[in-house]
Amino acid sequence: MRLIAICVLPLIAAAVSFALQATRSAPIRIAVLVGVAAAHLVLVVTLWIAPPAPTLSGWLAADPLGLLVLTLTSTLFLVTALYTVGYLRRERPRGGRMFVGGLLAFLGAASVVSLAHHLAMLWVGIEATTLALAPLVFHRHDRRSLEAVWKYLVLSSVGIALALLGIFFLATAQAGVPGRPLVIGDLVTQAGALHPAWLRASFLFLLVGFGTKMGLAPMHTWKPDTYGEAPSLVGGLMAGALTSCAFLGLARITQVAMAANLGAFIQPVLLGFGLLSLTVAAAFIIGQSDVKRLLAYSSVEHMGLLVLGLGLGGIGTYGTVLHVVNNGLAKGWLFLVVGNVVLATGSSAAAANRGVVRTLPVSGALLVLGLFAVTGSPPFGLFLSEFTILRAAIGGGHPWIAAAVLLLLAIIFVGMAALILEIALGEPDPTAVPVRESRWLTLGPIVLAILVLMLGVYIPLPVQDILERAAVALGGMAP
Amino acid sequence: MQTAPQLTLLFVVLSNFAVLGTTRLSTCIRAVAVQGFLLGILPLLLASHLSLHVIFLSVGTVTVKAVVLPWFLMWAIREAAVRREVEPFIGFISSLLLGAVALGLAFAIAARLPLPREQQELLVPVSLTTVMIGLLVLTTRRKALTQVVGYLMLENGIYLFGLTQAESVPFLLEVGVLLDVFVGVFIMGIVVFHINREFDSLDSARLTELQD
Repeated sequence: MRLIAICVLPLIAAAVSFALQATRSAPIRIAVLVGVAAAHLVLVVTLWIAPPAPTLSGWLAADPLGLLVLTLTSTLFLVTALYTVGYLRRERPRGGRMFVGGLLAFLGAASVVSLAHHLAMLWVGIEATTLALAPLVFHRHDRRSLEAVWKYLVLSSVGIALALLGIFFLATAQAGVPGRPLVIGDLVTQAGALHPAWLRASFLFLLVGFGTKMGLAPMHTWKPDTYGEAPSLVGGLMAGALTSCAFLGLARITQVAMAANLGAFIQPVLLGFGLLSLTVAAAFIIGQSDVKRLLAYSSVEHMGLLVLGLGLGGIGTYGTVLHVVNNGLAKGWLFLVVGNVVLATGSSAAAANRGVVRTLPVSGALLVLGLFAVTGSPPFGLFLSEFTILRAAIGGGHPWIAAAVLLLLAIIFVGMAALILEIALGEPDPTAVPVRESRWLTLGPIVLAILVLMLGVYIPLPVQDILERAAVALGGMAP
Repeated sequence: MQTAPQLTLLFVVLSNFAVLGTTRLSTCIRAVAVQGFLLGILPLLLASHLSLHVIFLSVGTVTVKAVVLPWFLMWAIREAAVRREVEPFIGFISSLLLGAVALGLAFAIAARLPLPREQQELLVPVSLTTVMIGLLVLTTRRKALTQVVGYLMLENGIYLFGLTQAESVPFLLEVGVLLDVFVGVFIMGIVVFHINREFDSLDSARLTELQD
């Protein structure tokens, strides 16, 4: 019952928000947004306390992996909803009900993805997340956002179509094997009986399909344009929650492939995509002049790290699972802070935003801290997860991979630091005056920063337990 | 009855090449409409017995793929006053040749991936051909509308493959593909409409402002 409520509640709220006409109902819409976001998180927390039984004949269930992504999405969404209160006071995107409704529909679709244990249902959820956020990318209705939304829709749709073909391949691999069709649990227990050639083909198509949605190189080309043009809070949801949902899709088929002993086939492929993504990210981060596009390439980098950890296996898988959480929270943090910078000047180009530490003291400080967090410096959580992945590379007999990753991470650090420090500490426009920052706009990033810092120092026991179980489900182990 | 599905699948392949070889957008849309119709009657021809489910699938597919979407695309080219594809990134003759290569490749791949059950054996190679030619059209044509046609062909190819699983995994085809085609193209259509207003042409190659 709770599982269904978690999926359906945001969808009903989205419909209500669409139905509320006229500008004077704007406060009601905002109240619905924040209220539903809070209720959703409460429901998700109850899943941690009292694990629910699977419902809808096993199509909906909360396993460790799904629960992690769901909790990440729900937390990020509540923070973003509070930020939206402040954002909508400063900026009036055309079609306010489209904006709030799209956000809520996204939450519903992402919940379906997290809880779905039937691959076709998971696919429908991922498709729905794409469509729910498309109008939000296009909110400014100008040439640039049109180009961005066109690339986003075409590439995502092609990716999602190839993923569907991969799911059909998986159904073919399962033909004649006992068990419910396309239900994860039955696929995993019967993995040995699946037809290996079709399973391999299915893995490749799902990797390319969901990899496009994650933004793995070379299917990442929509990402900088979309993140660059979307409002920052939408960019934060995309880079933090949407990519994690797409990763969950990839993790599901990895779970099946690992159970079928196809590790020797899938791991080199994953390593290849991971290293390529890191390389592409490093190449485009150097010399980048737009901070939102910089964050988009940083997202490509972190998606690369996720599949790299999965490809290394062992404790690398644990590193990946932990990194999903860390990366999601850190991306939300940075995008919201950058959103404050962009709200102040109306541009995300570095040249227009120098000296943020003086003009926006709180956001400026959070931006500099965020730079260190997102590049994996101690004591933030991302250091821990990236270090675990590196340890897996060295321990697993891949010293060259470890060396290459270290080099690329160093290049990325230099590139990101150059741009972000220019924005934070550069000489501000002499006419610029310090702005009084709204609490609504700084609360979110502060909460996320505290969470990322906490995960670097201390991981609570229940979280640790779920992380370890998720890593084991993916064929890895706890360190 | 074995020849009827085979003949239908043959016509599906021909409709793929019709899209590849023409410059007129209206011909492209007609070809993809014919393809949608062929896809719609295939479940009827393949089914061992006529059930309500098969009839529902067939009627739904014909309505969406052969009537609604082509009509919508025709409306879009009238609104936008575009008639011809101009200078594709790969010429028409070369893309026909590439289409032939795709056809050969599809048969080679299909021979290596045997279907677990006794089924219409042409389904898999024709499906893969349609997917590849759809991707080819999507990536090598300039006009946004031709790209939408390519996307529809990609979806049609996936639908063909789904037919092999229609009985073991019910409703996968219906929910997945029809919803996807419908919503995907509907939204793309709105965007196409806006592209026209903003850029005075449906040339997606001119969408190049965002670059590194």
